[in-house]
Amino acid sequence: MSPDQFFQYLISGITQGSIYALVALGFTIIYAVTKIINFAQGEFVMLGGMLSFTLINAAGIPFVPALLLAVLSTAVIGAVLYILAIRTARKASVVSLIIITIGASIFIRGIVRQFLGVDSVRPPFFSGDESLVVMGAIVRPQALWIIGTTIVVTIILHLFLSCTMIGNALKASAISKIAAAKVGIDTRTMALCAFILAATIGGISGIVMAPLALTSYNVGVMLGLKGFVSASIGGFKSPIVSVIGGITIGIVESLAVGINWGPFTSSYKDAIAIVVLLLILLIRSGRLATEERTA
Amino acid sequence: MLKSIKEKWIYLVIAILLILIPFDWFLGKYNTLMIFIGLNTMVTVGLCLLMGYTGQVSLGQAAYYGIGAYFSAILSKTYNVDPWLAMLIAAVVTGTFAYSIGYLIFRLKGNYLAMATLGIGIIIWILFRQLSQFTGGPDGMSGIPYLSIGGFVFDTPFKRYYLVWFFTLALLFISQNIIRSRTGRALRAIHGSEDAAESIGINVAQFKVKIFVLSAVFASLAGSLFVHHLRFVSPQQFDFLASVKLVVMAVIGGLASIWGAIFGAATTNILSDELLLNFGELDIVVYGLILMLVMIFMPQGLFVKLKEIIVLWRARAAEKEKI
Repeated sequence: MSPDQFFQYLISGITQGSIYALVALGFTIIYAVTKIINFAQGEFVMLGGMLSFTLINAAGIPFVPALLLAVLSTAVIGAVLYILAIRTARKASVVSLIIITIGASIFIRGIVRQFLGVDSVRPPFFSGDESLVVMGAIVRPQALWIIGTTIVVTIILHLFLSCTMIGNALKASAISKIAAAKVGIDTRTMALCAFILAATIGGISGIVMAPLALTSYNVGVMLGLKGFVSASIGGFKSPIVSVIGGITIGIVESLAVGINWGPFTSSYKDAIAIVVLLLILLIRSGRLATEERTA
Repeated sequence: MLKSIKEKWIYLVIAILLILIPFDWFLGKYNTLMIFIGLNTMVTVGLCLLMGYTGQVSLGQAAYYGIGAYFSAILSKTYNVDPWLAMLIAAVVTGTFAYSIGYLIFRLKGNYLAMATLGIGIIIWILFRQLSQFTGGPDGMSGIPYLSIGGFVFDTPFKRYYLVWFFTLALLFISQNIIRSRTGRALRAIHGSEDAAESIGINVAQFKVKIFVLSAVFASLAGSLFVHHLRFVSPQQFDFLASVKLVVMAVIGGLASIWGAIFGAATTNILSDELLLNFGELDIVVYGLILMLVMIFMPQGLFVKLKEIIVLWRARAAEKEKI
């Protein structure tokens, strides 16, 4: 691999990894506050992309309002998911909650397939598609949008969590639900906030990634899985570590494909993240077991 | 005593029904449907044991179904191995694989374990697609031979119905015996409280791995029978959605309920093949709804809940009679 090629693969890895990072943020926020792994997190990303395409192309809504509406609708769906499916199953076991969110995920997928079709779609680019050349590598403008959005979302989230009242309440509920309730924080409202926040971030990542990577009703599973891998690197604790985890997974995947030797070809690209997941889980298994027991 | 006589009668009626179903004058036109219900029951009962007694869900069970199917297909078609031997080899390979995987991942719990099973399922699915020199890639393989005993070939759905249901009932009885044995008591103890079970000397992790291996072998056997029935195999049959469908069957049937597995497999297959066909591809919407509703309102399973309702209703009726 020449330095130019290396840089090319690095850029595409960072772009792809930024998407994983945003999915990982969603997992982390919901897990921190509610101790639930939301298996429907990938569907939020799918919804963002599919809705933005439908609103722009089929409904003919202007570009910026369409994007805002797509993110807003995804946030509402996140809230509805929490209120109807999670809150009603109050004393459910971990396995029940896994099955409920899996059910929600295939339900959302089925509805989208039914009404928006099975084809892969590409919403318009944010600012054209005239590639730039940076250090011998071709960089598409949408890739910069993706990376930039990830940076901005991460910073805003950080400010939100540390500088606002709701953000601090969310952090308090993540540290200890009982203690948070004792000081007057409504932890159920906080759980709702976490779902809305995660769905919003999912929707945003969906609208920025779709013009570059295309989207269809079934992209959610893989994105969800890879976001989970990214978040599990940091043990679902720190948003920043989740973002770094996502970008790392993206780079590893991209470079492995770049090597193009033996099992490291694009056909096995999706397997790489899963192998990383298994390694992380096995290395950390002792700690994870005790964590879940005390949780 | 009274109850057991009554139970025997119920078993007898079910046995006669099962024998008569495939005849043309009865429900013969549903033979293919019944074969699939049988095959899915075999996988579901393993999953019910796993979910009910280890408190764990496998989101990649279709992969083990697929390993059985592909090993049978490749050995019997490409390498001309006797189909029965191929089936045995497939089961041993799946069991060994599940044991090594289980040994590694059953140190995990809850969410992490669920995601690990999902991930392994997807890796195996990718292998089915990519190892095309063996598996035929995304297009799959066809022309797989029928099973036969001596000169008797299972070449019609009528004959295969009996073959599949022989295996289905055998696995159900094996499962029931396991539950009623020493192992079953240990499993129930684990189900009650893992810490308590551990403290009275039960090796919790080992039992969990055993059940996981058992469920994988059940799935593999079903996969072998499946491939000799359809004589065709392709990766789409074992993707993530296939695994979710198996979870739907187990959830409807009830966790830790062996006979519920038939109910779950039957409901799901009838829904897919008969009722939802007219509404296009709505089946996954309905499955999603079923998963959410059952887990929210009756986490012990639809079948178990129905049984409870019937028992309650009969007790009330009996009380009224007394008055």
